[in-house]
Amino acid sequence: MTGFLEFLLIAVKCVAVFAVVMTGVPFMVWFERKAVAHFQSRLGPMYVGPHGILQPFADAIKLMFKEDFVPPQADKVIYYIAPLIGITTAFLGFSVIPFGPDTTLFGLVKTPLSLQLTDLNIGLLIVFSATAMGVYGIVLAGWSSNSKYALLGALRSTAQMASYELSLGLSTVAVLMLAGSLSLNSIVSAQSGYFAGFVPRWFIFQAPMGFLAFLLYFICGVAETNRAPFDFPEAEQELVAGFHTEYSSMKFAMFFMSEYINMIGVSCLATTLFLGGWNGWGASPGTSYGWIVGLGWFVVKVLFLLFVYVWLRATLPRLRYDQLMAFGWKFLFPLSMANILATAVWISLRAA
Amino acid sequence: MIAIAAFFLLAAIAVASAVAMLFQRNAVNSCLCLVLAFFALAGLYVLLGSPFIAAIQVIVYAGAIMVLFLFVIMLLNLTAREQPQKRPRVLPFAVAFGLMLFIELVVALRSPAGQVAASRAPETTVEEIGTQLFTHYIYPFELSSVLILAAIVGAVMLAKKKL
Amino acid sequence: MIPLNWYLILSAVLFTIGVVGVFFRRDLITLFMCVELQLNGANLALIAFSRSLGDVAGQIIVFFVITVAAAEAAVGLAIMIALFHHKENLDSERVDLMKG
Repeated sequence: MTGFLEFLLIAVKCVAVFAVVMTGVPFMVWFERKAVAHFQSRLGPMYVGPHGILQPFADAIKLMFKEDFVPPQADKVIYYIAPLIGITTAFLGFSVIPFGPDTTLFGLVKTPLSLQLTDLNIGLLIVFSATAMGVYGIVLAGWSSNSKYALLGALRSTAQMASYELSLGLSTVAVLMLAGSLSLNSIVSAQSGYFAGFVPRWFIFQAPMGFLAFLLYFICGVAETNRAPFDFPEAEQELVAGFHTEYSSMKFAMFFMSEYINMIGVSCLATTLFLGGWNGWGASPGTSYGWIVGLGWFVVKVLFLLFVYVWLRATLPRLRYDQLMAFGWKFLFPLSMANILATAVWISLRAA
Repeated sequence: MIAIAAFFLLAAIAVASAVAMLFQRNAVNSCLCLVLAFFALAGLYVLLGSPFIAAIQVIVYAGAIMVLFLFVIMLLNLTAREQPQKRPRVLPFAVAFGLMLFIELVVALRSPAGQVAASRAPETTVEEIGTQLFTHYIYPFELSSVLILAAIVGAVMLAKKKL
Repeated sequence: MIPLNWYLILSAVLFTIGVVGVFFRRDLITLFMCVELQLNGANLALIAFSRSLGDVAGQIIVFFVITVAAAEAAVGLAIMIALFHHKENLDSERVDLMKG
């Protein structure tokens, strides 16, 4: 019976995470448009609802009513499952992220309830597996559209994602060495406490290498999600939109959503690995309200990183494709390897 | 109980997608069937208590090697040409040979000690694998990095049009 | 729980499917994919034995097999690309002369 209860609990947590992330997507759509507009000294959507807050819902309704068109010689099965793969793998990364400390829900439950879907021993590798599988959504979408623009855009996008995946993984090795475990719960616990009383023990502050690792991780994360300034394969031929050229209506909406969900996922993981997860002032697992404060800190940090995403989009020009690939292979990859070496040296000097 | 059900489900998916891979007309469809088989195998590795190897299988095999296959198929546009199969003539012989090989393998691999359940050890942690890899198996580890370097250089040299 | 023999039979089945595929398919890419399937069948047997004997060496070997398979896939596909540039098709029946 307890086994079934555990299963039910995890199911409830799944539904909760799904609901929150799906609410986050329209929020991100609105936030991006408003923020980019304000960066450009204009107002953005103001018409639909107060300050345009209902604009994403108007977009969603518009997308739902568009004609659902399938290109004539497209491979139908793959055409239908490609957006499903994209959005499923985007959600998978959320399954191991700790959103807050263990909670007893103000004494309602006897054993503390962990605010994490599942604490696997290899938690970080699950996130990387999900990222690796996300590539399939794009490459299959481009292939099944039976269109040269879509195929080339998809292949370029895939090559970009595969190249930056390397540096993404290597930049997190510094965190692994400092924390000593792949489990995200242990990584967050290793960042609790303060240096000298007021500087939090987050990995971004723990060494100059921690900050460099965070920069590397975030840049690679932006490139992985195909966001500006790395969105050349999507916006190259601005008339044709890369791998999702031939998609319309709900399937396009799924690609659109999966991009934002990936963004939120990368921000959540960067928060967990580098910014201390739910750690913060007042968020200790001991008190009865600590979990609300911890959850609040987590949300604040993720919102900050999402703002940085939008900031990058509004400010930086797009990298050309060969510049993008050269940057990934010739600059970020050696730098992340050097970062691993430097972190190893620093850890051994600190221990000595 | 759940483990046995999971084993049969994963085994069925692995075998079915492997057989489906053989009979696809399209090379892209064969690739996707093979990816499904790799996923089922990763699930079996988890069932066998090696989550690390399962994650490596998904990240490296299903997530990188098969993407490489897909790239080559799509760039060379290999499905545009018809690929006549040897099916009418060779299939019965191939299946007979396969059956003989299978019977030999089963006879060779079966062992009375194997009757014991395959679940004696606890789940293997990453620490264990890392410790072994960097102490006892350090020599193959360094050699494999040289191997990968050789493979990178070789692949670039072979696939270039002009030297 | 699950007897070791079941895993070994499954591994033999996968390996045999790979072998039948190598006999049966004509285009080089699918042939190569069947070889990868054989490697995976062997990996499954290695991990099953590693679990049953309690020795982690089987998993280390699988780690190296996956690495070597990645290197081999890269070089093999590069060879196929070079062959394709030369002959414009990847049919194993027609690639039968040593002369270029």
